[in-house]
Amino acid sequence: MDFKFSEEQEMLRRAVREFAEKEIAPHAAEWDEKDYCPVEVIKEMGELGFLGTIVPEEYGGTGMGYTARAVIIEEVSRYSAGLGIAVMTHSLVVAPILNYGTEEQKKKYLPKLATGEYIGGLASTEPSGGSDLVNQQTTAEFKDGKWVINGKKCFITNYDIADVTLLLTKTGVNEKGRPELTAFIVKKETPGFGIGHKEDKLGLRSSSTGDLNITDLKVGEEAVLGGRGEGQKIVLATIGEVGRSGMSAIGLGIIRGCLEEGLKFAKERELYGKPLTNLQAIQFMIAENRMYYEIGKLLTYRATTLKDEGVRCDVESSMAKLHNTEAAVKAAQRTIELMGGYGVINQYPVGRYLRDAMSTISAGGTSQIMEIVIGGDTIKNF
Amino acid sequence: MRIACLVKPVPDPEYYNRISIDPVRGILTRAGIPVVMNPTDRHALEEAIRIKEKMGGEVVIFSMAPDDAGGILKDGLAMGADEAYLLSDRAFAGADTLATSYTLAKAIEQFGPFDIILAGNESADGSTSQVPPQVGVWLSMPSLAGIIRMEYGESFRVWCDVEEGRVEYEVTPPVVFAVKRGINTPRYIGIKGIMAAKSKKVSIIRVGDISVDLDRIGLNGSPTRAGRIVVPDIGRKGETITGSPGEIAEGIIEGLRKAGVIKEGMI
Repeated sequence: MDFKFSEEQEMLRRAVREFAEKEIAPHAAEWDEKDYCPVEVIKEMGELGFLGTIVPEEYGGTGMGYTARAVIIEEVSRYSAGLGIAVMTHSLVVAPILNYGTEEQKKKYLPKLATGEYIGGLASTEPSGGSDLVNQQTTAEFKDGKWVINGKKCFITNYDIADVTLLLTKTGVNEKGRPELTAFIVKKETPGFGIGHKEDKLGLRSSSTGDLNITDLKVGEEAVLGGRGEGQKIVLATIGEVGRSGMSAIGLGIIRGCLEEGLKFAKERELYGKPLTNLQAIQFMIAENRMYYEIGKLLTYRATTLKDEGVRCDVESSMAKLHNTEAAVKAAQRTIELMGGYGVINQYPVGRYLRDAMSTISAGGTSQIMEIVIGGDTIKNF
Repeated sequence: MRIACLVKPVPDPEYYNRISIDPVRGILTRAGIPVVMNPTDRHALEEAIRIKEKMGGEVVIFSMAPDDAGGILKDGLAMGADEAYLLSDRAFAGADTLATSYTLAKAIEQFGPFDIILAGNESADGSTSQVPPQVGVWLSMPSLAGIIRMEYGESFRVWCDVEEGRVEYEVTPPVVFAVKRGINTPRYIGIKGIMAAKSKKVSIIRVGDISVDLDRIGLNGSPTRAGRIVVPDIGRKGETITGSPGEIAEGIIEGLRKAGVIKEGMI
């Protein structure tokens, strides 16, 4: 086993950390308060190559892989988990185009997505629910040489800032009588792509989440990704391995934020004439934050290392996502307790971390869905 | 245009509260404090890369530090430098600014010639500002320090901060430039730079790799001896000034005048 990051991954971490400390940390509270997604920062990250790690060099990326992507998401989420999910979601259109796209689609979209010229999003969830993916109400009918799409999507991250969205639709019923789902690559300016209501979220407020109202949106055959009827497989694989490992990196960033903020407070705050760190009760809390951070780190980077090696990692990603998002909530709660009265004052960021952590639980599949994935695999294969 | 850039690893200024003084041994204890590229050197490197981008040529980093400083030099390569030399040997240890500048100058001479030597005006830890001009003396190159702005073409126009103002110079290389932090905003390191740094080399230079007089390097070559290191008593004494706002203002001015902060004729 090799638990070391490569020299390039370490350099990347230092580079993103410096960027995050200067460009994200000073503004994160204000973005949260104003419910503002800083598109300009995402663009800047694109220029630095931070959005193109999973894109090979031949398509304008750097090919550093999924571990590098998780390093970036962790460092961003250390200060702003909201921005972290906006950055994470971007890959949910990059990965499927890379894995299932035609050469023409790859050449058309990947170079611009890798550099942040285009921002990406994935629209699969509908008012009827996200976990019941198969029950899509958005339809695509083939008429006069065009696909005509109608329907409504909700809880879509980057819904208003994404230049390119992967849209999941129902295109019919297959020979087994099951819904046939097809994914389309849709550009924002396409007539009929309606940007709807924006959600006022509890946390992750530096990302924008809302509805898409799709009305008579027409696209050609070239917009179909991976072929007719492949949509379910594409979206499930993308959410399962790319989305969930990304969500685990967001949780990891929040846990580290709690660990570092709690430690800083405990070292500076004096009680009975001595720093809080002298108190064993405080040491216990710091120890738990540290331990859950280290567990989360191992789970996340194990999943991404498998992904980089081309090994299936949906179960590992689910475990990392389940652990880290739940542990982030507990770390934030624990850190608020550590800080006493100061913990509930919004001058300190930990209250925001708690709201962010709670908001990560339902994103990319709830904890119960993660348990179904893990449990199912365990019963079958362990 | 070949540019040598001097880079020093220093304890991260973010952690200065963790540095303490060992009064018995007369040294700073900095164990466990992360090391970063000296902040002003980063501005020097940025300027060196900008000169290269405008005028062509190459940027070569020189640093005298332990082997583990290689990561910082790699970051410099990722920013856009082409090559790096890390002067690392126990024989170099314990050097004051004289021995440091001699050793760096000898390495620069060996791997030169260079048209320009760029450095930060001072280091965040020692803060002597002596090394860049001393390197210039060893190499018989003129030097300018306190540089806050530069323009480059056939000749270099350079603006230097001095105590009571700013002096403008026009110089032609070879020359040593020591820059201040306000000169530019260093670029962030991007992934393309990191990937490019993979194929760039950090060469570790031991004492036998350069032609040096052993009496001029390390502790032997360092005439500077720290006499005593003390922690100054900076205990503060409060004074309450009462009266009308005007009287309070007068009292504050008087206090500042007594302390020498306000001199005659300033107000």
